[in-house]
Amino acid sequence: MEKQEYLEELKKIVQPYLPDDVLIEAMTANSHFINELNINSANLVDIVLDVEDTYDIVLENDDIEKMLTANDVIAIIESKKKL
Amino acid sequence: MAYKEILEQLPYTSPFLFVDRIIHLDEDNAVGEYTFKKELDFYRGHFKDNPVTPGVILTECCAQIGLVCLGLYLIGKTKEYNSEGTGLTLSSSNMEFISPLYPGQKVKVISEKIYFRFNKLKCKVKMFSSKEELICKGEIAGFIKPMIE
Repeated sequence: MEKQEYLEELKKIVQPYLPDDVLIEAMTANSHFINELNINSANLVDIVLDVEDTYDIVLENDDIEKMLTANDVIAIIESKKKL
Repeated sequence: MAYKEILEQLPYTSPFLFVDRIIHLDEDNAVGEYTFKKELDFYRGHFKDNPVTPGVILTECCAQIGLVCLGLYLIGKTKEYNSEGTGLTLSSSNMEFISPLYPGQKVKVISEKIYFRFNKLKCKVKMFSSKEELICKGEIAGFIKPMIE
């Protein structure tokens, strides 16, 4: 899958967890989930669980520590799918 | 871990302990009881001359039984568990209040785990009066992790 396709799918996953004053249009592949998009750690867990369901992968503690931006998520999905 | 040990580990005390007894705990469920004694201080103010248990207190009771007792049990089963204590943070609650709960009633809280991943426990909770009447229900989530020195 192309990176742009992943990004569009991830935006759909992230949207319900954004604070009211952050627009999904502001999310790029490099937006920091916590520092730029103001997503709290509790909602980040829900995003991770939705990513697992969407791509049929299992994520570990080490993975989510590295998931700071959409780019990071895409890299992890790609590496898990190869396994 | 015995239920008594879980009760002893709860980081609350009077006037903010809302668990009397744990009836059941397993990997996915928690059931506990609490009696709202007539003498509880908040009844003097909620409401004036018309005591009704506040929704925030009902939520707290559901969280202590449904989330914290279950979380302590689950964390006791993990290899990360240690005796340094446990960090607790409520992250969200979405409750519906169905029937008023008047002073002096014993309630039963039933909790069902939705998930426990990455230290976040999310549960579906229901509270019933001793007459089996549904008092409130909803979903509560929080972080539960062992303190590591």
